[in-house]
Amino acid sequence: MQSSTSDDMLLQVSHLQKFFAVRKNLYSKPLYVKAVDDCSFSIQRNTVFGVVGESGSGKTTLGRVLLRLIEATGGSVLFDNTDILSLNTQELRLFRRRMQIISQDPYNSLHPRKVVKKLIGEGLQIHFQLSAQEIDTRVRDILTLVGLREEHMYRYPHEFSGGQRQRIAIARALVLKPEFIVLDEPTSALDVSVQAIILKMLKDLKKDFALTYMLITHDLAVIDYMADYVAVMYLGQIVESGSKDDIFKRTAHPYTSLLIDSVPPPTPSEHWSGHILNGEIPSPIHSPSGCRFHPRCPQAKEICKTAEPEVVEVQPGHVVMCHFPLGS
Amino acid sequence: MRKPSSDKKISGQSAFREFLRERKPMLDDVRHTVYLWKKTPLALVGTVIICLFLLVALFAPLLAPYSPIATDLSRKLEAPSAAHPFGLDQFGRDVLSRVIMGTRIEVSIIVIISVISIVIGLIVGIVAGYFGGIIDEILMRITDIFLAFPRLVLAMAFAAALRPTLTNAIIAISLVEWTVYARLARAEAMKIRSQPYIEAIRAVGASNIKIMVFHVLPMSISPIIVQLTMRMGTIILTAASLGFLGLGAQPPLPEWGAIVSDGRSYLMNNWWITAFPGMAIAVTVLGFNLLGDGIRDILDPRIRR
Repeated sequence: MQSSTSDDMLLQVSHLQKFFAVRKNLYSKPLYVKAVDDCSFSIQRNTVFGVVGESGSGKTTLGRVLLRLIEATGGSVLFDNTDILSLNTQELRLFRRRMQIISQDPYNSLHPRKVVKKLIGEGLQIHFQLSAQEIDTRVRDILTLVGLREEHMYRYPHEFSGGQRQRIAIARALVLKPEFIVLDEPTSALDVSVQAIILKMLKDLKKDFALTYMLITHDLAVIDYMADYVAVMYLGQIVESGSKDDIFKRTAHPYTSLLIDSVPPPTPSEHWSGHILNGEIPSPIHSPSGCRFHPRCPQAKEICKTAEPEVVEVQPGHVVMCHFPLGS
Repeated sequence: MRKPSSDKKISGQSAFREFLRERKPMLDDVRHTVYLWKKTPLALVGTVIICLFLLVALFAPLLAPYSPIATDLSRKLEAPSAAHPFGLDQFGRDVLSRVIMGTRIEVSIIVIISVISIVIGLIVGIVAGYFGGIIDEILMRITDIFLAFPRLVLAMAFAAALRPTLTNAIIAISLVEWTVYARLARAEAMKIRSQPYIEAIRAVGASNIKIMVFHVLPMSISPIIVQLTMRMGTIILTAASLGFLGLGAQPPLPEWGAIVSDGRSYLMNNWWITAFPGMAIAVTVLGFNLLGDGIRDILDPRIRR
């Protein structure tokens, strides 16, 4: 999609699908929740690829399928030209060093009965042949790097605040020297003041370690601060993707435009002319016919109810899935 | 000469202090557990009973006034007296000595059965719960087969089929007991495998075996320990029942159930042969049950903090 050659691309995802089967009872035919439905995109090295969408749009599932924490239903994921989805268990286990995830819930992502040193050192033990001394040194180094102190090594997760726990999670990922990290709403469980610090740190770490991020969030401000490229997800599909400027300044999909409009201004006295996106995201089991967004779309016409829109490239690198893209 | 050695001592001391400081949360936790223990009187009673039981087992040869198997037919069925507080049985053996020596047999029965059944139960349960799906189905249906029979009847069947000896009784009871732990461990493993920290460790690249042993097992062990202490009373009862029915320990082994059985034909006139080992069984089972309840309460996180 982007004009650069495929060598720059760390991750190439094509037609990725993840369906969850649900049965009402034992004998009924299974219905499918299309959590990720035919998603294709590429992520360039050393960039931040943001994924936005409402709750239930499938963005978290997308991140977990990419890392094969859950098995995909179809499609392919090329990581540095290796098809992740075809690796066997053993190969995948060793490959995991190169791609890490930082999850949204720092309160449950750390094993409650392990001290920090164990939490961080475990991956080192799996992937590197190191002496106990070297593991100790590396854990100390990485703790300092993420803004914790060495004496935190022997504490349990419950003794830390949310922000500190997220730092531990970041240290655990970073100690393996990965190339790619999925940030799954890394700050949504944190206080606003802590959010800014963590995001700044992630941005600095990206530069220092030549990392590539996929940033999953529902917070457009976070996207604006962090991302280079953005994909907007709605009901398991990527409805619009492009550079950050394409998305924010040359918005083409009505859903994106409504998302941007629905962000309240930071100061309460300011007049807010934005729209509120009406209604809930529909059930992904019975997703609407035609364009999936049509029941909530202000511009919907007859054709939107019947025909699913094609993916069109409105500008080089800026694609949209809509019958009537804005600004055209 | 003096100076370096004192330096070394100080650094050794400070290293120890450092060690203590690092382990402080753990120590605090232990202290809190002891505090809760003291606040639960029934658990304390249970603890005292079980401690006495274990001490008697440990020092049995010293405590027993006579040999548990020495017969003296001239004094058979003698009533309790100062010299023989629990009386003498139909072969003139001292009942007190037999009960005391019996504690050793009971302790070994409990320990061996607990170890065997917990190991089988944990392996089956955690594997079933962690993997789920078809593996779970197969393992749990096998467990159901064992559960479909009344425990005692199944243990009797195994013991009878294997020829009645103490070892076979232990094997028989273990084969019945493991299902309890398998079901518990499965439920815990199912709960734990969907926790984010398990996914996190999988993302780091840990293998399934490693996750099960180092992450799922430590988290699922505490309800199993509670269950274990609660089941110990039952284990004694089952072993005693098998002994009573002649399917467990064989004479002249002083197993409590077997002693009770010995006395049953003399029960009307010579109650002491049966009553004293029976009381020993009752008190020990009670002690284990109180201890089990206490441990459950103490480990309950709602009471804990």
